[in-house]
Amino acid sequence: MIKSIWHWIQRFSSPKHFYGMSAKLIPWFTVSALLVGLYGLYLGLFVAPTDYQQGESYRIIFIHVPAAWMSLFVYMVMAISSGIGIIWQIRLADMVAAASAPIGASFAFLALVTGSLWGKPMWGAYWVWDARLTSELILLFLYFGYMALQSAIEDQRSADKASGLLAIVGVVNITIIHYSVEWWNTLHQGATVAKFDKPSMHIDMLIPLLLMALAFKLFYAAVVLVRTRNEALYRDRNRRWVRELINEL
Amino acid sequence: MLKAYYYLLMRDLRLAFRNRHELANPLIFFVLVVTLFPLAVTPTTEALRAMAPGVIWVSALLAVLLSLDRLFKEDFDDGSLDQLMLSPNPLVILVLAKVTAHWFLTGLPLVIIAPLLGMFMALPDEAGAVLIYSLLLGTPVLSLIGAIGVSLTVAVNRGGVLLSLIVLPLYIPILIFGANAVDVAMDGLPVRGQLLFLAAVLVLALSLAPLATAVALRITASR
Amino acid sequence: MLEIQSLECVRDDRLLFSELSFSLGEAEVLQIEGPNGSGKTSLLRILCGLRLPEAGRVLWQGESIRSNREDFYASMVYIGHLPCIKADLTVLENVRALLDTRSLTVTGEATEAALAKVGLASYEDVPGKALSSGQRRRILLAFVELAGARLWVLDEPLTALDVQGVALMESMILEHRAAGGSVVFTTHHGMQLDCEMRSVRLGRIARSAGQGENQC
Repeated sequence: MIKSIWHWIQRFSSPKHFYGMSAKLIPWFTVSALLVGLYGLYLGLFVAPTDYQQGESYRIIFIHVPAAWMSLFVYMVMAISSGIGIIWQIRLADMVAAASAPIGASFAFLALVTGSLWGKPMWGAYWVWDARLTSELILLFLYFGYMALQSAIEDQRSADKASGLLAIVGVVNITIIHYSVEWWNTLHQGATVAKFDKPSMHIDMLIPLLLMALAFKLFYAAVVLVRTRNEALYRDRNRRWVRELINEL
Repeated sequence: MLKAYYYLLMRDLRLAFRNRHELANPLIFFVLVVTLFPLAVTPTTEALRAMAPGVIWVSALLAVLLSLDRLFKEDFDDGSLDQLMLSPNPLVILVLAKVTAHWFLTGLPLVIIAPLLGMFMALPDEAGAVLIYSLLLGTPVLSLIGAIGVSLTVAVNRGGVLLSLIVLPLYIPILIFGANAVDVAMDGLPVRGQLLFLAAVLVLALSLAPLATAVALRITASR
Repeated sequence: MLEIQSLECVRDDRLLFSELSFSLGEAEVLQIEGPNGSGKTSLLRILCGLRLPEAGRVLWQGESIRSNREDFYASMVYIGHLPCIKADLTVLENVRALLDTRSLTVTGEATEAALAKVGLASYEDVPGKALSSGQRRRILLAFVELAGARLWVLDEPLTALDVQGVALMESMILEHRAAGGSVVFTTHHGMQLDCEMRSVRLGRIARSAGQGENQC
């Protein structure tokens, strides 16, 4: 039983099989990301009520918050798939991790940019050492470290395993970093800085926010599939299945 | 097993003492960097006190970072690292021995010289004592986490900047709590919480970092 | 004793070998042959578990070396291209340091005898930096002699050795074999071993990964 599951996993996770299957999935993810995203933006920008404190500028949360969530989510995906790659030697998992890093870093970057744009009307400065922005910045550094290590090691397999291990170490650290930055922040700035989140959120704001979060996830799914396909093609460029693919063209 | 730990620790210490002139380098670096701040900012007592915890902790962190290379670089270059990995003893124990040696050679000297720097930076006595405790608890963690970083980058040519890039973010919690403990002590407030946090992180790092380092070394050897 | 099952090794996108299988029993000597870049060093590193093969496995006494590392490493010794010698330790300390990682307690007389055998009799207290590269390799020979391992994995053991050194290595291998031990080695220098010897030939496979066939 276990053996047959294992066999199935190995077949399923072969780059060749993945390449064929992902081609069918990508359009679905792309279209649904677009539809959900447009609807979420519509609700967020036109339907959700104006905030009584922050006016219209709060509407950037419909991009900022999902981006921040995704930056963390993608890091988790990276760490988990790296773990799978290291423990069970599944190449596809390594490819997913490597393909995810730049996407996650982009999300972190987006969260930082939107956060500081939001900060200008809120705090009168583009950058304030707010706990969340600081954590986000450190997360971006962790992504940079991962990508730098990945590209510095020439042997592909060691590069995957080494950067994968770093991602796992990073996950253990993210919790500690997050906690200490929170703590550091309350200590140094106290209540002078308005927090991003409200104790309770109007349902008309919450729905578009969740829709945007879903749209971001679908978008990530589509992009990571495209990037993993490229990764698979590039890494297996000398293997038979890619050669055959090229010959068919 | 304990014997293997002890012998490897002794070998590393002996090697370091054969090169005594290199032994002091991280220490001098530490003092030098701290000295730059009064020169660059201002030497008034209030200003010095305000920046002292951060400056001393950041300098300690950089001093450890620069010395991390010697953890595995030489062993990697001359092939001894392969022999360590082919030892019938658990690699984790050997890693722990190397890290202990590293801490004895860099972390501990920093702790010992810290009171002098406290004096440079006009730290009050109570804060000076807390500085020592915080360094005592924090510097082993710097060595332990650093070991993971070096073992991942030791095979990379010109891996120095890369090493800082991956290790520094991981050092942040230690920096925050270490510097804050000293800061709080200056205001005469209790520092138990901060020190306990550092101790907790030390226990966590002590139990997990050698494992991660051992895995990282095997990955590095598998090029 | 040692069993290799359908190993595959890819390096820098080049398939070095695949479906490579052989086994090594007691008192056997096996030479890995092949031109530069054919994967001899990689194969030896796979044999001792330093490198992971792309496919296949290595068994020691019927068990995967990854699951019984402790047993396997207690009964094998490996020397590679690098000398493993610390410039700041004396010859004696260097040998001791190498033995210590294996947790071996070797008496002073045995160590001295081994050093004498490899021609470093009066060099005990000379620091590694004062030695020639041939002498450094000789320290490794003393280590191999003292390690008390049943399996020797030697990667280019004749590097930097002079004529006497080569003869010494040859006689050590013969003695080891006579005592029931086994040896896997690579060399580009002619090794004249006066005993039955098997060889595995790794060919240079010009074809790239995924297309190769067994070449041994």
